[in-house]
Amino acid sequence: MNWRRFFIRSRRDAEVAEEMEQHLAQEIDDNLVRGLNEDEARRHAYLKFGSTRRVREDLWQQSTLACIDNFWRDLKYAVRTLTRAPGFSMMAILVMALGIGANTTLFTVVRSVLLKPLPYKAPERLVVPYEHTGVLEYPDTRGVVAAGSFAEWRKASKSFEHMALGQRWTSVNISAEGGQLPERVPAGLVSWNMFSTLGVQPVLGRDFTSDDDRQGADGTVMLSWSFWKRRFGGDRSIVGAKIFLDARPYTVIGVMPDWFAYPEAQTQLWTPVYHYMPPRVTTSVENHQFDVVARLKLGATMAQALSELDAVQKEIKRQNPGPAVNNAVFGRRLLDDVVLDYKTPLYTLLAATGCVLLIACLNVANLLVARSAARRREAAIRSALGGSRWRLIREQLTESVVLAFSGGVSGLTLASGAIAWLRHVRTDIVRADTIQIDWVVLLFVITVTLVCGIVAGAISALGSGGDRILETLQESSRSHSASQGRSRLRRGLLAVEVGLTAVLLIGAGLLLKSYRSLRSTDMGCAMDNVLTMQLRLPEARYSTPVQKSAFFEQLITRVRALPGVQAAGLVTVAPGQGWGGDSLVAVVEHPPLPRGKSLDAIERAADPGYFAAMQIPLLRGRAFNDNERLEHGSVLILNHAAVKRFFPNGEDPIGKNLRMDISGGPQEAFEIIGVVGDTKYYVSEEVKPMMYYPLYNGVSSGVTIMLRSAHDVEDLALPVQKTIASLDRELPVSDVLTMQQIIGKTTLDANFDSMLILAFAVIALVLAAVGLYGVLSYLVTQRTSEIGIRMALGAKRAQVMSMMLMNGLAPAWAGLALGLFGGALTVRLIRRMLYGVKPLDLSVFVAVALTLSAVAALACIIPAWRASRLDPMEALRIE
Amino acid sequence: MERSKSADKNGEMLQGTLDMLILRTLVMGDAHGHTIAKVIERTSEDVLEVEQGSLYPALHRLEDRGWVSSFWGASENNRKAKFYRLTATGRKQLAAETTRWRQVKRAIGLILGEAE
Repeated sequence: MNWRRFFIRSRRDAEVAEEMEQHLAQEIDDNLVRGLNEDEARRHAYLKFGSTRRVREDLWQQSTLACIDNFWRDLKYAVRTLTRAPGFSMMAILVMALGIGANTTLFTVVRSVLLKPLPYKAPERLVVPYEHTGVLEYPDTRGVVAAGSFAEWRKASKSFEHMALGQRWTSVNISAEGGQLPERVPAGLVSWNMFSTLGVQPVLGRDFTSDDDRQGADGTVMLSWSFWKRRFGGDRSIVGAKIFLDARPYTVIGVMPDWFAYPEAQTQLWTPVYHYMPPRVTTSVENHQFDVVARLKLGATMAQALSELDAVQKEIKRQNPGPAVNNAVFGRRLLDDVVLDYKTPLYTLLAATGCVLLIACLNVANLLVARSAARRREAAIRSALGGSRWRLIREQLTESVVLAFSGGVSGLTLASGAIAWLRHVRTDIVRADTIQIDWVVLLFVITVTLVCGIVAGAISALGSGGDRILETLQESSRSHSASQGRSRLRRGLLAVEVGLTAVLLIGAGLLLKSYRSLRSTDMGCAMDNVLTMQLRLPEARYSTPVQKSAFFEQLITRVRALPGVQAAGLVTVAPGQGWGGDSLVAVVEHPPLPRGKSLDAIERAADPGYFAAMQIPLLRGRAFNDNERLEHGSVLILNHAAVKRFFPNGEDPIGKNLRMDISGGPQEAFEIIGVVGDTKYYVSEEVKPMMYYPLYNGVSSGVTIMLRSAHDVEDLALPVQKTIASLDRELPVSDVLTMQQIIGKTTLDANFDSMLILAFAVIALVLAAVGLYGVLSYLVTQRTSEIGIRMALGAKRAQVMSMMLMNGLAPAWAGLALGLFGGALTVRLIRRMLYGVKPLDLSVFVAVALTLSAVAALACIIPAWRASRLDPMEALRIE
Repeated sequence: MERSKSADKNGEMLQGTLDMLILRTLVMGDAHGHTIAKVIERTSEDVLEVEQGSLYPALHRLEDRGWVSSFWGASENNRKAKFYRLTATGRKQLAAETTRWRQVKRAIGLILGEAE
């Protein structure tokens, strides 16, 4: 058997036919010569030769690859039968396309974001070690590192080839120059060997050297590709030129490749950390704000390397027993670290699409079962004529695989559209730029498609009892008993479908509710018509506390005077803007806490008018006054949570003193003069203890202006920016956002996840409804004559209706029960994505049960009503 | 499927023999199917009557194995006919099969007690 012969067999057949024809002609000629008459000559020739057809068939068979031939025939047959029922086919293809499309999209995202290796050199050897206190609250928490500890780690570690330090929280001012406005951009502070540790080289210019990365060195800066293009128009001569960061000169030494984004997607430039940060920060073992990236030596394992660091950290703790020093190290691969925040949501979405696909599959299986039931006689006749069971099953399989493939192709088209949309909408997802369909995804689509086709086909094909040919042939359509097994199968499929839908709806409901409670979270301050904007005074020009406090005071006075501004205040970090730094403290009047225990509070600095302006209630004591500034500013205001934490016995905190519990920190005591209401530092996080210093102490350089207006607060952005420019033309303003926008930005992913899951759940709901409707309509047509008899015997229309209704609702309810149970089990997996909602939220479960019941009833009522309207005479006459 | 399998079994011996006879016929020159059949019948003094139906599958098989090649030409009474020609490998195959046939013939002769 060979392939060539298989493909040219038609030509060969024609050839051999002609050859034999010539042979016969010759023989006839010979016979004629022998003196036979024409008819006899012909007869003898044919007799002698035998059947030419037989020869041709044998030869044809010889050069045929049976499996391919059969497959081809099945395929043609399947396509023909499917085009004969276009409604059914379109439906099935659409259902498959939705399922496969959604899955492909999510798989592409999961693969690109979570699974694909990072584009660095040997990325599997890159590890991110963290310090921690020894007790992990959640396994997926991120930690931070103190630069002092990092220095010790680097000295002692034997398993790491390189270790680099980074910091992601810094923004720098770029001065106005060359006709450009000043702006504030996120910057990455990195040790000089960060890029070489990652294995990345600048595309332009040179890498940092250890000489750049020390105090007193000349400032050097590396630009990101996009920043270079945007701000400097891709001008190559920028390398070697000077730009001003925070009013200090920095030499541009290079440009990184366009795909390079570290540590954040938004990072615009990098500058050496030991040069930028003061030594008191880069040598402290208590100041935790850094990330470490380390490259394992060849052959070293992560566990071994981390345990070395752990030992070092324990030694550091032994020598510095202060409460701010950590005593353990954990870590994970760089990839796991980068995608930490997206893992659960993405896998949840993938699971949801998996459910949708399964439902789609079951639906198609259901449609096929219905069809095969309708074609039972055909099947029976064919097996009576010698068609093997396997052959009939194979035909059904081919049919469903053809459906699945058409669905797969449409699904792929859907997916590529969805991916383009997703890349556009979710630019905040790390590695979003790498999301694309590649051959692995294609392989995934093909596999999924095949599996879907085979599963759907197999369910219907194996469900059909092909061994009772005679019964089927004899069976009149009046008795429906033989189809009992088949309709049981369909009802089972339906129940599973409804169950899966219920699980999806529960997930969607919980996420939606959690999103709503996120959006309506009480931040603890005024929310409507509040505008925020950030600015930072460059140390180079505002080096003394006096300069800073003078600037802030002047600024807020002018802003308050602007027409339309109802109230305005200054605070270092606005509610919802994030953690923004914390400090360990001790109450001077209390005995020292036991070793290992400490009090921790988020730090803020605010101007005297801030609390009133932002409607943060003053619970006790008073706000700052204008004289509490500079050396007279040793006062503090606590929030309510801090009072509860620091004074658990209900003492009056007013008049007590707090001291910073950090070695080398300011040793003066701060007197508590007031208590204010809690504000949230991040929308989805619990309220934490917080303490406010007077902003006019002049310690902080960065500040957020918050202003409130009666309406259209956005219109005030420009006047305020003009006011700032009138004070200092070089000062850029960043993050001009209303409070609502801050909440919107931080709840974007919650919104996105819940909306997507809701969309999937709705698709599932529609599919389940269609499935129910289909099954019941089919049952009604099947039982038309039975219903006719019942009615002729006196059954009431209402009875018929409720009987049919129960037929559809019973599997729906069974499925619902299944789904509620399954939902209760699975919601625990998305516990971490929920906010303000318990996983077993009763109202969500009840709402899902009601919705599903209503939809199921709606889907069932039409066929049931139709059954009850049957005219008994008509129904009986049908046969 | 079933049928063709059993047919193969029955025709195995015969097939090999037919192949050899066809190859032998072609030693004398190119010929088309009808001639081959006629020559075999005549040379065997009409003892071996070629079942003409099996002649063509055999010819195709030989061609597939590369023992004969074929071309279309005009027959003696000017009909279009497909001619077959022995190839070099076909010649070798014929020699091998002839040897084998002689051995089998001698062996059977010995068993039947015939003098050599």
